[in-house]
Amino acid sequence: MLNVKGLTKRFGGLAAVNNVDADFEKGKITAIIGPNGAGKTTFFNLVAGTHKPTSGKILFQGKEINAMRADLVARLGIARTFQTTHLFENASVFDNIIVGHRLRTHSGFWDVMVNSRRLRNEEQICRKRAMEVLDFVGLADLAPRITADISQEARKRVAFALAMATDPEMVLLDEPAGGVNPDETVGLSELIKKMVVHGYTVGLIEHKMDMIMGIADKIIVLDHGEKIAEGSPAEVRSNPLVIEAYLGSEHAAA
Amino acid sequence: MKYLVQKGGWLILLLLCVAFPLVSSNDYQLYVMSLAFIWAIAASGLNLVTGFTGQLNLAHGGFMAIGAYTLGVLTVDYGVPFWIAFLLSGAVSAFIGYFVGIVSLRLKEHYFAIFTLCVGFILYLLIEKWEALTHGTSGVIGVPAPPPIGPVSFESAISQYYLVLFLLVVSLFLMHRIVTSLLGRTFIAIRNSEELAEALGINLMRNKVLSFVLSTFFAGIAGGMFAGFVRFIGPDIAHVMHTFDMITFMLVGGIGTLLGPIVGTLLVTWLTQSLQFLQDFRMIVFGPLLVLLVIFFPHGLVGSYKIWQVKRAAKRAAEAQQAGTPIQSKSRIETNASGEGVGEEARSNA
Amino acid sequence: MSSIDLFFQQILNGLTLGSVYGLVALGLTLVYGILHVPNFSHGALYMVGAFVAFFLIVDLGINYWVAMIGAAAVVAILGVLSERLVFTPLRHAPPIHDKIAAIGVLLFLEAVIMAIWGAEFRRMPAPYTEMLSIGNVAAPAQRWLIIAGALLLMAALHLFLKKTIAGSTISALAQNREGASLVGIDASRVAMLTFAISGALAAVAAVLFAPINLVYPAMGHLVIMKAFVIIILGGMGSVPGAILGGMIIGFAESFGAFYISTDYKDIIAFVLLVVILSFRPNGLFTQGER
Repeated sequence: MLNVKGLTKRFGGLAAVNNVDADFEKGKITAIIGPNGAGKTTFFNLVAGTHKPTSGKILFQGKEINAMRADLVARLGIARTFQTTHLFENASVFDNIIVGHRLRTHSGFWDVMVNSRRLRNEEQICRKRAMEVLDFVGLADLAPRITADISQEARKRVAFALAMATDPEMVLLDEPAGGVNPDETVGLSELIKKMVVHGYTVGLIEHKMDMIMGIADKIIVLDHGEKIAEGSPAEVRSNPLVIEAYLGSEHAAA
Repeated sequence: MKYLVQKGGWLILLLLCVAFPLVSSNDYQLYVMSLAFIWAIAASGLNLVTGFTGQLNLAHGGFMAIGAYTLGVLTVDYGVPFWIAFLLSGAVSAFIGYFVGIVSLRLKEHYFAIFTLCVGFILYLLIEKWEALTHGTSGVIGVPAPPPIGPVSFESAISQYYLVLFLLVVSLFLMHRIVTSLLGRTFIAIRNSEELAEALGINLMRNKVLSFVLSTFFAGIAGGMFAGFVRFIGPDIAHVMHTFDMITFMLVGGIGTLLGPIVGTLLVTWLTQSLQFLQDFRMIVFGPLLVLLVIFFPHGLVGSYKIWQVKRAAKRAAEAQQAGTPIQSKSRIETNASGEGVGEEARSNA
Repeated sequence: MSSIDLFFQQILNGLTLGSVYGLVALGLTLVYGILHVPNFSHGALYMVGAFVAFFLIVDLGINYWVAMIGAAAVVAILGVLSERLVFTPLRHAPPIHDKIAAIGVLLFLEAVIMAIWGAEFRRMPAPYTEMLSIGNVAAPAQRWLIIAGALLLMAALHLFLKKTIAGSTISALAQNREGASLVGIDASRVAMLTFAISGALAAVAAVLFAPINLVYPAMGHLVIMKAFVIIILGGMGSVPGAILGGMIIGFAESFGAFYISTDYKDIIAFVLLVVILSFRPNGLFTQGER
């Protein structure tokens, strides 16, 4: 599904991501782990088009997408979430999701001026899609609530819903369980598995080892921008390089 | 009935405005009110790009001046019929707005604000110095009043008042269409987070430029009407102070709400009128007022009311759910789901 | 005057303008470095500085240098007040709000000055009126004073930032807020100090420049906008960038006014900005993205 070859990104002289190869298989959960500052988020930013790679290749379904603008990458079918999601706090949750499907609509300014049939249709479609994804992530009941009032966990689910509203093939989740308690983390793991069952391919950055070990099909370990290990959870767990990288930092496996 | 309740605020305001000439005692009050309507149109344009799209455009007054000068120069120096010149005032402003937009909107936040501040100043200097075109500091004198359209003439103060009110209502109607549509939701998404909006597949540049151009169009027609109404224009109307005035209007009424700029403009205008003795020093009051508003009352009048309304609806929906009638709650969502926004959000910078 | 002399005159003009702009831009860039607020009220502080000094010199008959110190002190206090009362409460507000608040402060200060002194133009007497030649270039002493004073202040500021503890905390905070608070820097004291320095620099710039210019309530408008152009050119938050940018704008203006047109000299800075930002959206001397 997503193939990355020799991906490198330098900021000034520093390589945040250095010559990383990675393959994300269709219908699987591929996790990226590593100590703080290992270049995980930068890696996502490169794939999603937020940053331009210094060198290397990114292929999505065989199509080269390096240096493609982020909105075009989203259109191609890669959705992503952020560590913090800036939502419209004083609007309902439902209102916040509607725009997620905007990229699949075609109404422009003149449709708005004459309130065209196409526009009305597409608004209906966006609303319908918003309700579907809220239902999928288990927030149907929260739909009419003010976004400012919902819990941290619900926010994470809203972020999932927004990503799914774009009708992606693949979803990149950046610390989906950050700042969420262990019980809720289990719930979010279930949700991620459910996404895979429904045919989504998942890329995942996370610090919570229990969660990763439980759901990932494959783990890629980054340290100082370089890939130091790759494999199944069991393989990665026993890899001495990984253990060293983690012992050397404050983020020992929790 | 329900519809009436929902649109109540609008209807009351409209009725008040329509009835105003019947109760007002003199032409002067009509004049002040008409002028306020013109400013409200411009402020509402600023609100589109700043309140809804999140780009603080400090050149807005300059675009209003472009509209005013387009009408003034075309009618006085080139004998172009008033109404054609009026349409052109919006078009020229939007045309120049497009080119300013594609350069300035590549810049983020502070850079954009500072850049547009400079653009506003360039416009001001150009108007002042380019005498061959703009008559320089002496200004354009004798701008014609709006000529009759068919049987309707605009000679009396009352008829001019209704003309401007009509223009305001049409502008608001269009603005309403924009901000409650998918397009408006797109703008609001950009305001909330450009990063997130882009990840949702929204073309930032195209949408920001569209919002900017639309806002300059509103500024342009407001400027054109201003010229035809006041009948004299000087470089002063391009002064950045007018942009600051409009920001005040917008904040008092509620930034990022449809009605906010209108309510704010009317309120501040009448406050200024009743504090007439302050005229030159009104900023001694409005400067600190602006600061206090931003700190303690950032959503303004309409914005605060909207938040209260949305919260109440959410509470009711939650109660309805607990009572076991989720169907009801869904219809509730539909009514709340107008894309109309409520101010900027306080982001916690985690 | 021969054309070579004229050329040197323009260099001197450029240096004078560049010195004043540089001082104003320095204050602006320091504040931006610490708080990430483009302080739109900075030009008003500059203007207030000129009026305070004018009052002290003309109305109270106080010596020019003492008046300069007085003006610097008053404006420094104003700067600190605005930091405490306006910018601190807005630290976590959305990005538009602090800018609007800064505009509120600007409007207020201008209105107060207008209320006290009116809108008319005033002239501040120059402390030294003789002509002074250095080499072949003759100029009023005040011009030399501006250049020397500005260079001295810039050097002093540089030493302060590099050699003193208070100064290096400002640099540290400007570079990395979170890091600085981790090592125990009191961010709010540093912010106050920065605003005080920034205000004092603006006041001194105004008092130096006023004798060869005019004093009026709107005198800050152009200067602050040019200072913004300068710090965008030089990189927002960069001290050497502000000085260098000040000189670039100063020279562009003095030569532009002489060889192109006096009418449009005030536009030169803005056109330069527009051109540069059109090609380099993040400024001239910044590297990398975001």
